Amino acid sequence: MRISNEEYSEMINKTAPKSPIVKDCIFAFLFGGGICAFGEVLRTMFLNMGASEDNAKTYVCLTLIAITAILTGIGVFDKIAKIAGAGTIVPITGFANSVVAPAMEFQTEGRIMGTGANMFKLSGPVIVYGCSAAVIYGVIAYLFKLY
Amino acid sequence: MKKLDKTYILETKPLFLAGAGVVSHIEGQGPLGNEFDKVEDPSMGEDSWESAESAFHKEATTLALKKAGRTESDISLAFSGDLLNQSMSTCFSLKSFNMPICGLYGACSTMALSMAVGALFVECGLAENTLAAASSHFCSAEKQFRQPLEYGGQRPPTAQRTVTGAGAAVISSSGSGPHITAARFGRIIDYGVTDENNMGAAMAPSAADSIWNFLKETNTKPEDYSMILTGDLGYTGSDLLLQLLIREHNCDISKVHNDCGILIFNKEEQDVHCGGSGCGCSAAVVCTYIHRLLREGRLKKVLFVGTGALVSTVSPLQNDPVPGISHAVLLEA
Amino acid sequence: MEILKAFIVGGLICVIGQILIDKTSLTPAKILVLFVVMGVVLGAVGIYEPLSKWAGSGANVPLTGFGNLLVQGTKKALREDGLLGAITGPLTSGAAGITGAFFAGLIVSLFARSKAK
Repeated sequence: MRISNEEYSEMINKTAPKSPIVKDCIFAFLFGGGICAFGEVLRTMFLNMGASEDNAKTYVCLTLIAITAILTGIGVFDKIAKIAGAGTIVPITGFANSVVAPAMEFQTEGRIMGTGANMFKLSGPVIVYGCSAAVIYGVIAYLFKLY
Repeated sequence: MKKLDKTYILETKPLFLAGAGVVSHIEGQGPLGNEFDKVEDPSMGEDSWESAESAFHKEATTLALKKAGRTESDISLAFSGDLLNQSMSTCFSLKSFNMPICGLYGACSTMALSMAVGALFVECGLAENTLAAASSHFCSAEKQFRQPLEYGGQRPPTAQRTVTGAGAAVISSSGSGPHITAARFGRIIDYGVTDENNMGAAMAPSAADSIWNFLKETNTKPEDYSMILTGDLGYTGSDLLLQLLIREHNCDISKVHNDCGILIFNKEEQDVHCGGSGCGCSAAVVCTYIHRLLREGRLKKVLFVGTGALVSTVSPLQNDPVPGISHAVLLEA
Repeated sequence: MEILKAFIVGGLICVIGQILIDKTSLTPAKILVLFVVMGVVLGAVGIYEPLSKWAGSGANVPLTGFGNLLVQGTKKALREDGLLGAITGPLTSGAAGITGAFFAGLIVSLFARSKAK
């Protein structure tokens, strides 16, 4: 007799190996924390070099993007990310990698429709929804004079 | 030819004359490394992963023809397919051969599908020699179905690794070698699995359906076979298949069951999660290792059940489930 | 001390992301969107900026910090340009990160190809 989809789904849950969540979280914490701590070292450095608060933040961001781009280019980033999981996805490194990886992958389809068009395939939604949410915030803030 | 409900019994016993499998280094480092005809660099010296997959396909086809002692003009019709959109690697491989082509799509079940159709053409006297082939490539499959290769993501433990490689078989009415004695095409089975990262679970119900109906229609028991070989269920899918057959039909195939996705990699030493998958997985294993064991008489009767997950690049985004399809061919020494 | 604060806060934000990856069927792309939008929301209600002051890079480097950056930029633009700032503010404040990433991507793609894994 055919079992129901629900019974099968239960069977899958019992059978399928689970993600090692504790181990994954520890690595995510260490790598993610490490990247942020490194960012803080950079920030202090930029502040000491005379950058303003805002510019120091931006320099940190750009430095991490540049490092990610190089690591992705030499094929190392994905190996680190396999262990780090969200530890490399959630920081700005994840955003940078999601731009650089398709740019490299789709160059076989040409500079325009390959690299150019696919570069925002993964990161485009982040920009679209991030900016749109901020626009909504801006309109509300304007109407209620919250700025 | 005799027909038992949906099972075709091939009474002229078309020959599985020769097979060839070409794979990349990672498969070459697996337990079946020495079985394959060639172990190549994944890029095959080509500019794109798609062209590389075609090159694997072409190499396997060339070698299969050579081992069978046939030329391309001897082949009445070639049946082949792959995972790429519009069967890209099949088209760009077979365009360099002077033979009629019939493209097939059966997802990862394509090798069983092409062997079944190829054998039926020979059985019915429509062809003296047919070619059956299939290919897949880890890099082209990742690019098309998942993420760019350099993208830093984590794959869940149920994910399987697409095999980089191709297999080709020459099926003939004359010569010597193992026989293809029965074929059964599967129906599409949907148990509502939506997890794209658990293809084994999506395909297991269709494998159970095909195996059970084949046994029932031919009035045989699992013990009558030296091996019931599924295509690429991997570890989780194989486990689910055994459970499903017991639960639904009280049929225990655990003593004779094996899976190409389990055979091809070493789970402990290779980072392959739940085993191998892709058209190239069963194609390369059946055309080399299994063909050799049959030829040497070390396996007498193998029920090869190719398993496919019918997933497109669009369907998961539209919240469709992943149905499975499994085609069975009976190989006898 | 500042570095330790950044380590702990940044690490914890990543752990939230890891739990979402392991426990839900959300793809990393959806998680990135979720984090940025959460950053916008937390920035808008005034929770994120104090955290950013306290934890520094620990709050700025995760993508929630990028969301907060968009909010702070929008706020500044509203003060300068009124309602127009709601449109020009977000992308202007994110310009460095976005342009930096795609320019880096373009340069890298000129020299590097993806490798077989």
